[in-house]
Amino acid sequence: MSILSRVKPDFWNHRDGSEGPFKHLFDFRRIWKLAVGLSAAIALAPVISMAVFEYKVTHNAMEAEVLLRTARLVSNTRRTVSFFFSERKAALDLLVRQHTLEELKKPDLLTGLLEGLQKAVGGFTDLGVVDHQGRQQSYVGPYELEGVDYSDQEWFKEVVLRGVYISDVFLGFRDLPHLVIAVKHDLPDGSFYVLRATLDTARFNDLLSQLEVSGNGDAFIINREGIIQTPPRYCGRVLGKISLPVPEYSSRTRVLEEKNFNGQLLVIGYAYVTETPFILVIGEQKAELMKSWYRTRTKLIGFLAASIVAILVVILGVATHLVNKIYLADEKRVMTLHQVEYANKMASIGRLAAGVAHEINNPLAIINEKAGLIKDIFTYRKEYARDEKLLGLVEWILTSVGRCGAITRRLLSFARHMHVSIEPVQIKEVIDEVTGLLGKEAEYRDISIHVDVSDDVPAFESDRGKLQQIFLNLVNNAFAAMSDGGRLDIKVRRETPDAILLRVTDDGCGIPPADLKRIFEPFFSTKKKKGGTGLGLSITYGLVKELGGTISVQSEVGKGTSFTISLPIQLKQRKKGNG
Amino acid sequence: MKVLLVDDEEELVSALAERLSYRGIEASWAGNCLDALALAELENFDVAVLDVRMPKMSGIELKRRLQKKRPAMKFIFLTGHGSEDDFKAGSGEEGAGYYLVKPINIEVLIKRMKEVLG
Repeated sequence: MSILSRVKPDFWNHRDGSEGPFKHLFDFRRIWKLAVGLSAAIALAPVISMAVFEYKVTHNAMEAEVLLRTARLVSNTRRTVSFFFSERKAALDLLVRQHTLEELKKPDLLTGLLEGLQKAVGGFTDLGVVDHQGRQQSYVGPYELEGVDYSDQEWFKEVVLRGVYISDVFLGFRDLPHLVIAVKHDLPDGSFYVLRATLDTARFNDLLSQLEVSGNGDAFIINREGIIQTPPRYCGRVLGKISLPVPEYSSRTRVLEEKNFNGQLLVIGYAYVTETPFILVIGEQKAELMKSWYRTRTKLIGFLAASIVAILVVILGVATHLVNKIYLADEKRVMTLHQVEYANKMASIGRLAAGVAHEINNPLAIINEKAGLIKDIFTYRKEYARDEKLLGLVEWILTSVGRCGAITRRLLSFARHMHVSIEPVQIKEVIDEVTGLLGKEAEYRDISIHVDVSDDVPAFESDRGKLQQIFLNLVNNAFAAMSDGGRLDIKVRRETPDAILLRVTDDGCGIPPADLKRIFEPFFSTKKKKGGTGLGLSITYGLVKELGGTISVQSEVGKGTSFTISLPIQLKQRKKGNG
Repeated sequence: MKVLLVDDEEELVSALAERLSYRGIEASWAGNCLDALALAELENFDVAVLDVRMPKMSGIELKRRLQKKRPAMKFIFLTGHGSEDDFKAGSGEEGAGYYLVKPINIEVLIKRMKEVLG
């Protein structure tokens, strides 16, 4: 037997035989589906919608937190970068304010100032003074740049125009990445000069490389053309072009989401560093940033799935149990109803039979006595010679009356046993009564009935009327299945000390396996077209149950059917024990 | 042995009385309970064979009345009805078990009569 058929509840294959507008009330599978569907919908809808709602709220909060964190990091770093430049610019400003051009042109002083800058602020490589014609008047540093003419260079034009200049990072003459910061100082005569310093980018780079960026992130600076200014960790090299588009200008820190060439979602925060050509960019992988959320999400989904499974298991269990209970209660109700109906029918038949028997018995008694008298006259009176022929005829009348009397007595016996009464029953007598009633039909159809009651079967306490009905039903059924000339076997054995076994076996047409399962169901009939009600075997089943027994059936199509009934003899044993 | 047969079916009791007389048993019969009581006034019967169900008075009631008149009289009931009620009615009285269902066998009746008389 498969697992499915083992867990399948009793009502699953129930097909209600009744018709009419209330038929659907007894469709237990539909009731079950409705119960499971509605319960599941009512129980699961709030759980799932709450979970989805919570998921969205938490997800959005986590996302906002991630963006905020990036924005805060960008903002802080921008402030640091900005401070880096403004600190150096302020230092140069201080120098031009405190010293005259003539003083600054003196190499000794300039050397001292450079050393001072390196100690106090750091990052300065060299220092030079450029006159208003773009010629370097004085220079201290590792290179020979004194007298260099910068008048054609962009930075010089820029510083003349704006008063201050911070260059992009470039390799310059020394093939080392560096940048230039220059401040213009106006003189009282309308002329000006420029203090120019080269900054070592190592300090600048350290600032970004030491930045703790989570989520496999990167922090670097680009210029407004998208050229990378500081060494990135993953995204290219210094002075290379970034793969992403240059973010549009904004005076504030901005955070946006972009996909990289791998299709991974990146959270990119950027800020334009004021008074410099630089844009600070911090990029982080969103998946990495959301890792903790994903872990929580997995747990949440797992918990939700487990809850749904638990709810469904409970709903399925409860619905199946309850519908099965309803089904069994209904089965019991239907069975009881049929038994009452059957009992009423049998009682009516019984009353009718008793009435008929009584009415017939009186005229029969008169015939009996009159015929007896005729016989007596022929026997006792000499004047009526012993006419053998007449005596023979009278004898025939008397024999026939005897037969009629036996029939009416049997009918009366049935009628009497319509009432419930527990009494010692000799099973052989019951079988003889039943076969006596159906004997004529058997004779006409040439069916041989073999009754075999084992000697060790005791008289047991039971309801004689119910036993008669059981046998009557089984023998009637067997007759219906048998063809003329068949054989019916009725065997009774003592199965155990507590039970007797009755078996009614015919050699009729047999029952197909599909019908065999439903044979004891009320209203199940294969003979409906021939007037069968489908009640006989269900009633028999009920009667056997009432007597505390069990009934089973074995059948093979074309070979015959065998009904086996096991009846307890406990009542008798209890009485024995008591008495 | 003197026997009183009572049944509302006169044809039955008259024939039965004649048949008993062929067997040496003196039998009188009555077609109703009043005639039966009148007969019992005149004669002393050893055994009364009564139908259980008769018009006006049941066999059980008749038995009660006859018993008052003739305490030594024994009774056998006849019935065409085998119902439990009749059976109880018959067996609940003295002489329980002497109860025959119609149609009866005359030899069985004689045997029963002899039994009740001991």
